[in-house]
Amino acid sequence: MSAAIRAEVRKLFSTRLWWLLALVLVAYLVFIGAVMAFSFTVQVDTMGQAEMPTGEDMAKQIYSLTSPIGYVFPLIIGSLLFTGEFRHKTITASLLVEPSRWILLGAKLLASLSVGVVYGILGTASTVVGAAPILAWRGEGAFLGSGDILVLLGMSVVVMTIWAVLGTAIGSVLTNQIAAIIVILAFTQFVEPIARMALGAWDLTSDVAKFLPGAAADAVVGASFYAQDASTDLLSRGAGAAVMLAYIVVFALIGRYVTLRRDIG
Amino acid sequence: MRTETDIVVDHLTKRFGSVTAVDDLSFTVRPGAVTGFLGPNGAGKTTTLRMLLGLVRPTSGAALIGGRRYEDIERPASVVGAALEASSFHPGRSGLDHLRVYAPQIGVSDARCHEMLELVGLADSAKRRVGGYSMGMRQRLGLAYALLGDPDVILLDEPANGLDPQGIVWLRRLLRIFADEGRTVLVSSHVLSEVQHTVDDVVIIAQGRLVHASSLDGLRALAETRVRLAGPDEERLAGLAAEHGWRVERVDGGLDVFGVSAAQIGAAAFAAGVELHQLADVGVGLEDVFLRLTSSPDAPASRGGVAA
Ligand SMILES: Nc1ncnc2c1ncn2[C@@H]1O[C@H](COP(=O)(O)OP(=O)(O)OP(=O)(O)O)[C@@H](O)[C@H]1O
Ligand SMILES: [Mg+2]
Repeated sequence: MSAAIRAEVRKLFSTRLWWLLALVLVAYLVFIGAVMAFSFTVQVDTMGQAEMPTGEDMAKQIYSLTSPIGYVFPLIIGSLLFTGEFRHKTITASLLVEPSRWILLGAKLLASLSVGVVYGILGTASTVVGAAPILAWRGEGAFLGSGDILVLLGMSVVVMTIWAVLGTAIGSVLTNQIAAIIVILAFTQFVEPIARMALGAWDLTSDVAKFLPGAAADAVVGASFYAQDASTDLLSRGAGAAVMLAYIVVFALIGRYVTLRRDIG
Repeated sequence: MRTETDIVVDHLTKRFGSVTAVDDLSFTVRPGAVTGFLGPNGAGKTTTLRMLLGLVRPTSGAALIGGRRYEDIERPASVVGAALEASSFHPGRSGLDHLRVYAPQIGVSDARCHEMLELVGLADSAKRRVGGYSMGMRQRLGLAYALLGDPDVILLDEPANGLDPQGIVWLRRLLRIFADEGRTVLVSSHVLSEVQHTVDDVVIIAQGRLVHASSLDGLRALAETRVRLAGPDEERLAGLAAEHGWRVERVDGGLDVFGVSAAQIGAAAFAAGVELHQLADVGVGLEDVFLRLTSSPDAPASRGGVAA
């Protein structure tokens, strides 16, 4: 198994895509962090709205944006572990050196942890780099010394890592690269944000909204841009992580018993 | 000495929906020889190889290497080396990285990857991305991948595609060396002439079914001579043939006689006083035998070089 994981890590990092995507992730999150920090601090200053978060809460909300804004990146890079193999037909060579579909699947899921951590650290740091100076300058501070904030940033890295694993699990089901990317883009950019808003608007359905993958991820981070009150609108950290793992398990099992049972050729 | 590992295909059948790609196919491949696996396009060669390699699940029957299914072999790539398609590479990965990616699971070092690139003549392009490789270079890289684990069994699907003439000669020599080392070498092709200088044995399939399996000499024995006869009186020619019991076929402007040499025919015509205007050996090459074997779908399978 360790050889299989080593092979998968080599596959990931031996093409340019991982760092090209990382570059876009960094630029995007630095930009979003700066824009959000700017707009929050400006609005508070000029309008003084009561319901706008202030101080550390504001910092928390902005720092928690890495996952809800950037999760498309680890999802896509994760999915490529599978879709790239099918697209370029390297799946043949991969299954020749390791015919066990279980080992192939397991090694890919575990290998995606590596790129997930890299994306988590880069992404989280980018949001902070974009937001912190503006928060410090215009707001009430960057709060980077706060224990709560440090935990949140750590959890942000964890969640981005889980996204990469989920991406790989999704890739095991949707092995067509174009289809996988379109589905991931559509889900992360339209379906889930709209579903979370819509379902979150009523008390009855907001319980369902908590179980959407993005909401579960916010629960792990411990703060959400969508939720006014993290303690009631989100699951607990543990439950959020469990929901994300459940998604991974479901997709991976479908991948194993549907996609990976098919003939290769 | 190498472990002698044979290949046994036993009543193998594969259906894709309504298409029967491989139909009750049985043959064996022995170690220490190069075996040509021949058949026209769509005959089922690639499908058979994929079943041998555990990539395609047989509808029925078995495909065994050294008595085991591929997926039951431990570290299979160190026992069986295969190159199936010349296009199965990530274009953004270098040739060297393509090998390094599989090295851990095959259980070989990076040094072995360099060695194999050297062997197939790609050492200078090792760091270049495969997207920029020519067809022949990809073919060579596929071969390097197949050989990484120093396998006892080598399966190559159309390995000569895209190779230049020097490359083909080089490949032939290489396969010969492998066979002489005691390895089992199975090479598919849709043209007999491509492999007839390389192979010891042939397995010929058409429409998923076995049509012939023998040594190359066994196949040669099926190649009959064909002599074209022409003369002013065609009826007398036909009478001569009938008298001697020759098998003939009327063709435009004459008569073709099978299985009898031109000298014999000439002597017989002289003795009978039959005037000849043409007595020409139009020969039947192995390629014609191959065409004949593979073009008639209902031809019964022939074995051991016995003409059907
Ligand atoms: N995955 C598949 N789905 C449906 N039909 C298939 C599949 N793979 C192969 N076939 C069919 O099975 C038959 C045998 O194909 P195969 O690729 O094994 O032939 P081949 O002998 O390798 O031919 P070629 O010389 O062209 O490579 C063909 O009719 C092909 O269309
Ligand atoms: Mg083929």
